[in-house]
Amino acid sequence: MPARIRVLVAKPGLDGHDRGAKVVASALRDGGMEVIYTGLHQTPEMIVNAAIQEDVDVVAMSILSGAHMTMFPRVLELLREKGVDDVIVTGGGIIPDEDMKELAGMGVDRLFGPGTDTRDIVTYIREAVERKRGA
Amino acid sequence: MADVETTKKAGSGGVRDARRTWDEKVTSSSRQRDVEFTSVSGEESDLLYTPDDVAELDYLRDLGFPGEFPYTRGVRLNMYRGRLWTMRQFSGFGTPEDSNRRNKFLLDHGQTGLSVAFDLPTIMGYDSDHARAEGEVGVCGVAIDSLRDMETLFDGIPLDKVSTSMTINAPAAVLLAMYIVVGEKQGVASSRLRGTIQNDLLKEYIAQKSWIFPPEPSMRIITDIMEYCADEVPQWNTISISGYHIREAGSTALQELAFTLADGFAYVEAGIKAGMDVDAFAPRLSFFFNSHMDFFEEVAKFRAARRIWATDMREKYGAKDPRSWLMRFHTQTSGCSLTAQQPFNNVVRTTLEALAAVMGGTQSLHTNSMDESLALPSEEAVHVALRTQQVIAHESGVPNTADPLGGSYFVEALTNRMEEGCREYFEKIEKLGGVIPAIEKGFFQRDIAGAAFRYQRAIEEKRQVIVGVNDYVDEGEEIKIELLRIGRETARRQVEVLGKVRSERDDEAAASALDGLRRAAAGTDNLMPHFVGCSRAYATEGEMIGVLREVFGEYREPPIYW
Repeated sequence: MPARIRVLVAKPGLDGHDRGAKVVASALRDGGMEVIYTGLHQTPEMIVNAAIQEDVDVVAMSILSGAHMTMFPRVLELLREKGVDDVIVTGGGIIPDEDMKELAGMGVDRLFGPGTDTRDIVTYIREAVERKRGA
Repeated sequence: MADVETTKKAGSGGVRDARRTWDEKVTSSSRQRDVEFTSVSGEESDLLYTPDDVAELDYLRDLGFPGEFPYTRGVRLNMYRGRLWTMRQFSGFGTPEDSNRRNKFLLDHGQTGLSVAFDLPTIMGYDSDHARAEGEVGVCGVAIDSLRDMETLFDGIPLDKVSTSMTINAPAAVLLAMYIVVGEKQGVASSRLRGTIQNDLLKEYIAQKSWIFPPEPSMRIITDIMEYCADEVPQWNTISISGYHIREAGSTALQELAFTLADGFAYVEAGIKAGMDVDAFAPRLSFFFNSHMDFFEEVAKFRAARRIWATDMREKYGAKDPRSWLMRFHTQTSGCSLTAQQPFNNVVRTTLEALAAVMGGTQSLHTNSMDESLALPSEEAVHVALRTQQVIAHESGVPNTADPLGGSYFVEALTNRMEEGCREYFEKIEKLGGVIPAIEKGFFQRDIAGAAFRYQRAIEEKRQVIVGVNDYVDEGEEIKIELLRIGRETARRQVEVLGKVRSERDDEAAASALDGLRRAAAGTDNLMPHFVGCSRAYATEGEMIGVLREVFGEYREPPIYW
């Protein structure tokens, strides 16, 4: 039996809107995953350290403050600096389509906007991790 | 009296018997299109309400007249015939110059009060050049670092002519102090300033999560503000006790109402404990509610809120001034009810929510813009949102009559149910030791997260239809809406001004004012005069809050998601 998927659900920056992060965390847990929730007000450094310490498959960041163009690239950069290349970086929040495209170009995986069905997130993460583990 | 009782019982029994017969007819002959009929909060509704559902209602005791105890029907004698609600659109983004222009635009288009949104670094007490401010300067609201920024924000806006609401909590005292000094510079005495600071830290721990200090020093700052304003800024609303964020975090209507009122009473108890007379500060407490999609549930919530507040303020806390009994509140339509999909539908949602707020007797109203699920609102979207209120005010006829839904069997039964539910919650909170211990135990946070998850499940299982999201979806929809974007030059300009302020000010005066603040914080002196002094000396917000961080420490929440 493959190891349970481990997901770090993270709230970067100063944004306190944690409804989405908590709902998604609960949905992932119900979907059979191991969920580690960082709590609020995390710096990219704190998130990357937690990801490494907890040996997660996925970092899922929730950003509703508009700071996504700062936070996602910074987390990617720090992961690379630490030589981590097998962690999927995904997330969601209020992120305009064109920003999602730009972030995808940098190496961020799929991002989810308002109105997303949490079952889609569970399926996506499961498939993405299986692909990564298979590779 | 005996006769009246008998008649009432007989009448009620008559209705009950007839109702039973009718119910049987309905069950045997009518098909239902769904198995359950619930409100947006998941509360079941009956098909029909009759006098039987409100048999215990005593008109004078439970409803009374507008402008009279217990204010169920509204807080003004002639309600909207005297004055319409204040149309107050929350606004703030970018630099103080940008926000100053948007505010002038709103005032020119008939808005009657200002409402300032601050960016996250300002909300969390960091200057724009702090490492934690990176990527956040001017994004969610306007950036304010020092008095210089406040002068710019209110440039050309006479402070004796507008009322200003500032959505600021942990550093509320600092922003109020800066506002007072801007008034001084305009020649407007603090006694003539009108407005509101949100300053509701309890709901920050419960829902919005922009706290800085632990609960105890936070409550001390709040009582300092209440005390100072009672003498110096008597027309200022010192706390806007907020259910809005509790609801947006996923609570039900009942949780919003119960937790907000519990917070309100906690502030009253803190004020009394600090040695103040309840009537010295309670008239300046105001409230801020959400208006969500379930029309009647919302109206009932507003009516129950007024009745509970009035009753407990008079009976439990011994307030004698009627102004301490009456609950004034601002309403904002629900941001989380809006959808990114088919954004024009949001205009309709906002209209329904705004109508509920008006029928619920709100004193001021913010209507959300249709594009707020996507980004900060564009000018066009803000324009439609403001016009929505004006259409309700001037075309619908609704404001002609006070509490137009009062007396509806349904609305009265719902209002009673809201009150009963609240009382049950108050008991639970009491058993946990009060609001702050309940926060520390994660009671509210868990209760709200549970409701949010249940709501999400209801949407996913389509028990709750959201048009355009889980039904009536436009396949392949491309969202075309003009978005307001905040460029990086905002942060650059902000940091530039901050540097200039630091180099031009009298550093010694700033340092000495900050030192005074530090000593007051470590002791028991009222902090407000120190914030005013620091502001005058152009000490920055980050410097003032930094001093308090050293003295008070920072709050940390245990990361719990279920």
